[in-house]
Amino acid sequence: MKIKPALVFGVAAAMLSAAVGANPVRDSLLEGYAAAAGVPAFSEEAGRALFFSENTTGKPDTPSCTTCHTADPAAQGRTRVGKLIEPMAVSTNPERYTDLEKVEKWFRRNCNSVLGRECTDEEKGNFLTFMINQ
Amino acid sequence: MKKTLKFLAAMAVLAGASLPAFGASPWIVENSATKEECSACHVAYAPGFLPERSWQAIMGNLTDHFGEDASLNDDLRLQITNYLTAMGPKEINGLAADLVPLRISELPWFTREHGSRVLNRVAADPNIGTISNCTACHQRAEEGRF
Repeated sequence: MKIKPALVFGVAAAMLSAAVGANPVRDSLLEGYAAAAGVPAFSEEAGRALFFSENTTGKPDTPSCTTCHTADPAAQGRTRVGKLIEPMAVSTNPERYTDLEKVEKWFRRNCNSVLGRECTDEEKGNFLTFMINQ
Repeated sequence: MKKTLKFLAAMAVLAGASLPAFGASPWIVENSATKEECSACHVAYAPGFLPERSWQAIMGNLTDHFGEDASLNDDLRLQITNYLTAMGPKEINGLAADLVPLRISELPWFTREHGSRVLNRVAADPNIGTISNCTACHQRAEEGRF
């Protein structure tokens, strides 16, 4: 049997990307947001700024992402009713952002709660990029 | 005959999807959509705690759910609304028929049972957080045991 170099390369690339925490759903989310936003790359810094931003345009009880998720994305958060929230950072919670519908549902809800509007595709991409690198 | 049977079978499946089983308990959340969606943020409060009209009001305003957006897609929202309103009582003892309470913690029996001593304990313990966190003290609340 002849082994095709392209196949070897593909398998090696897949193993490498698994090693650095990449995930097909996360990749396709980022690609989708990039295409919709029309931007070539996302900004981890802008994602960080969004996560820590304090807002007055949303609902009064939730001025910031950190209200429930705490200022440490790698730590557990707590809902306003006391239930634990698993960490946002991919490094401590590899399951994060691997269910497209769930990601969209929580962006819709939480951007509305915190900002008083839905997030743009660029904001979503920046936010994900920040969390993937945490 | 065959057609009728098929029709009846289809109706049974439809009814099963949105209506509680005969003899189901209003003190345990047995509907999977309700359990999963509600308990993402808090104890999935059992339908027996609020009258049907309250569940209708709560489920009709999910974009402002006690200060947060808890919106759902139409399919899930309807499944959960159907379950909660079907299982919620028409009336609750001691509650005026023209009141539509949105918080279980404001019901007359609740405030009677949870007096100032309990409220002080809740306020003093950051692990409890709020009076809405049933399981902090009632560890088997989700099994209908308090």
